[in-house]
Amino acid sequence: MKKVIEGSMAVAEAVKVCRPHVISAYPITPQTHIVENLSQFVADGDLKSQFVNVESEFGAASVILGASATGARAYSTTTSQGLLLMIEVLFNIAGLRFPVVITCANRAVSAPINIWNDQQDAMTVRDSGWIMLFAEDNQEAADMHLQAFKIGEHPEIMLPVMVNMDGFILTHAFEPIEFIDQKMADEFLPPFKPELYLTPKNPLTFGVLAEPDWYMETRYRLQKAIEASSDMIEEVADQFKKTFGRYQGGLVEKYRLEGAETVIVSMGSVVGTIKEVVDELRDKGKKVGVLKIRAFRPFPKEAIYDALKNVKNVIVIEKAISLGATGILYDEIKAALYGKPSQPKISGFIAGLGGRDIPKESIMKVIEKGEAGISDNVFVDLKENLIGGK
Amino acid sequence: MPKPEGTVSRPGSSMAYKTGAWRTKKPVFKQVKCNDCRICVAVCPDGVIFGANKKYWADLDYCKGCGICVEECPLKDIELIVEVK
Amino acid sequence: MAKNELTIEKKEKEEILESQLAPGHKACTGCGLALAARTVMNTAGKDVIVTAATGCLEVFSTSYPQSAWKMPWIHSLFENSAAVAAGIEVALKALGREKEAKVIAQGGDGATADIGIGCLSGMFERGHNILYVCYDNEAYMNTGVQRSGLTPFEAWTSTSPSGKVSWGNPTEKKNMPAIAAAHGIPYVATASVAYLKDLEKKVKKALEIIGPKYLQIHAPCPLGWAHEPYDTIKVAKLAVQTGLIPIYEMENGVITSVRKITKKAPVEEYLKLQGRFKHLFRKPGFEEELKRIQAMADATIKKFNLM
Repeated sequence: MKKVIEGSMAVAEAVKVCRPHVISAYPITPQTHIVENLSQFVADGDLKSQFVNVESEFGAASVILGASATGARAYSTTTSQGLLLMIEVLFNIAGLRFPVVITCANRAVSAPINIWNDQQDAMTVRDSGWIMLFAEDNQEAADMHLQAFKIGEHPEIMLPVMVNMDGFILTHAFEPIEFIDQKMADEFLPPFKPELYLTPKNPLTFGVLAEPDWYMETRYRLQKAIEASSDMIEEVADQFKKTFGRYQGGLVEKYRLEGAETVIVSMGSVVGTIKEVVDELRDKGKKVGVLKIRAFRPFPKEAIYDALKNVKNVIVIEKAISLGATGILYDEIKAALYGKPSQPKISGFIAGLGGRDIPKESIMKVIEKGEAGISDNVFVDLKENLIGGK
Repeated sequence: MPKPEGTVSRPGSSMAYKTGAWRTKKPVFKQVKCNDCRICVAVCPDGVIFGANKKYWADLDYCKGCGICVEECPLKDIELIVEVK
Repeated sequence: MAKNELTIEKKEKEEILESQLAPGHKACTGCGLALAARTVMNTAGKDVIVTAATGCLEVFSTSYPQSAWKMPWIHSLFENSAAVAAGIEVALKALGREKEAKVIAQGGDGATADIGIGCLSGMFERGHNILYVCYDNEAYMNTGVQRSGLTPFEAWTSTSPSGKVSWGNPTEKKNMPAIAAAHGIPYVATASVAYLKDLEKKVKKALEIIGPKYLQIHAPCPLGWAHEPYDTIKVAKLAVQTGLIPIYEMENGVITSVRKITKKAPVEEYLKLQGRFKHLFRKPGFEEELKRIQAMADATIKKFNLM
């Protein structure tokens, strides 16, 4: 069944068919519609979940931690300030290896306060040990949730997954969405059956004190587990295609990379606009393509190198910056190509912060700049009069 | 599920660590006036006092020698002595 | 080999193994918190799932690879013991496993009254069926005896020390039982390691009530309060007998029982046993301070009708 619905509703419907036992979230723009829709499903008896209205995002993350520890499938959603508030719990959940899923409706971080889209929030928590996936459009965002639970809950993985979708741009956009049938969802995503969980039948102690003699290896194993999830991400995407007939997967998506001399690398909804620009330029005979990064964690170094190795110009456009240093995706793309035999020119552009629109013309200009020379952390479309210019 | 190392522990495994090594004083249960009140059993922070029928003692593998049992025995039937090893 | 000297036989070893908090944990000699936790858990039995906040309790009991806990137990962070317990409680409901276990959340005074008060309030307000136990040793002990919201008036702590221009902690204990009761929860009680049978009764009673329950247990800390390890129970008893620590129960917001003071003790008798109050016997002007503390004790006695 295909219907035109809001992005938030698409996500809520997708989460519904995943049958989470426990949902706990704290409202924050622009995630609010996801939570509201889910609570309506529960109120109408369409979703048999325990819906816990908590006192803060920190509480929400802690509730889903406790629920997952008990063997329940648990879900939350947040953004921006909420994500930063629960950051302690994010690290804790990953370290404890509980496979919860959180939707992050990417939004700029305060101060100054701004409720519109950029990806600073998610990028700030990239060290936490979560698998992080970025959606380009609402169908992908919805489908990603089923995949997220399946990837995370696999006994070899047991990692939490964050599904990222651009706040307002995706959450509040109305697009035609193919609904996921409950029976097919059940076939694709079986019930959550962890081996170790809290029960008096098999008492265990979780969350121990690990002294210097023991701590390091737990982090090593966590690193290895996240790296290993790359294969699982691809495998689950293939299984999704088999069950639902559409391919929504991969660590990266290569769009018109055949013979490309210039490739733009980006994540999230802006990729859609970049694809349109690429189409227009290709029509004019320019050899350009887009490399969409879909899985940011684990960072797909090999897939990226493979896609970019014969390219002359790499142009990274991202919606975040590690203040005091550099664009984050820019940095990691450079690192993926470091020391390799082929060395394209790599430029990094910071765009769309705080919800600033990225029109096609701006992307065209960025491509021109990136082909002309190396741009290092150039902010796109700055208003001169607001930065002390005359 | 990866083996539960570093984040999950088995119940009661603390018994592998013999805290008795911490002691400088130890309780001696004289077993003369004892009336089975079992106050000593209840007040031990580590829970290592046992017995029945007016004969009680502390598990010296774990007893830390705090002396609470000595202080709380209503009949003063336990003595805290400096341990000579 | 005299029986009361060396390692005991297997039968008695099983008695140790019965205890829900096994020995071999690294609590200090004479730790009031360990005594309280052991008593609570042995009363609660095997069919429980327990959370704990960061603090002495989890540090001394779960130094990997060892764990002193015999029941399913989880430690997450400092401030979210109540929220994690809430997650466990709803998960059991969602999975149809409610009858499997009762949920108990634990926290020290810091985790309960200060950093964790938000999560605790949310748990109370939502009406989860959880017993929350606060082990009140009146400071952030695990990190080095720093002041908490439950540190008593003029106690020395490392962040509220007595000094040339200070008498120690300038505020009285935050009234956590009243805050808990204000949420409309069915059962609130205070207890002390001085009265273990009373504590056991309260744990049993609380676990039979459906809804959020709050139990605050006064537990002396020989290290942080600077008293002799064998005085733990004596100090706890004096705290109650002076009137400084009232022992009572509240059901649905109304005080339903109070432990009467049988032998009133002047506050000096309690304070002088503890190094954290020694400035109250030396610093010039101490007589005035002792009078103030005595007045506080008398006011508590009056308020709760303890005599």
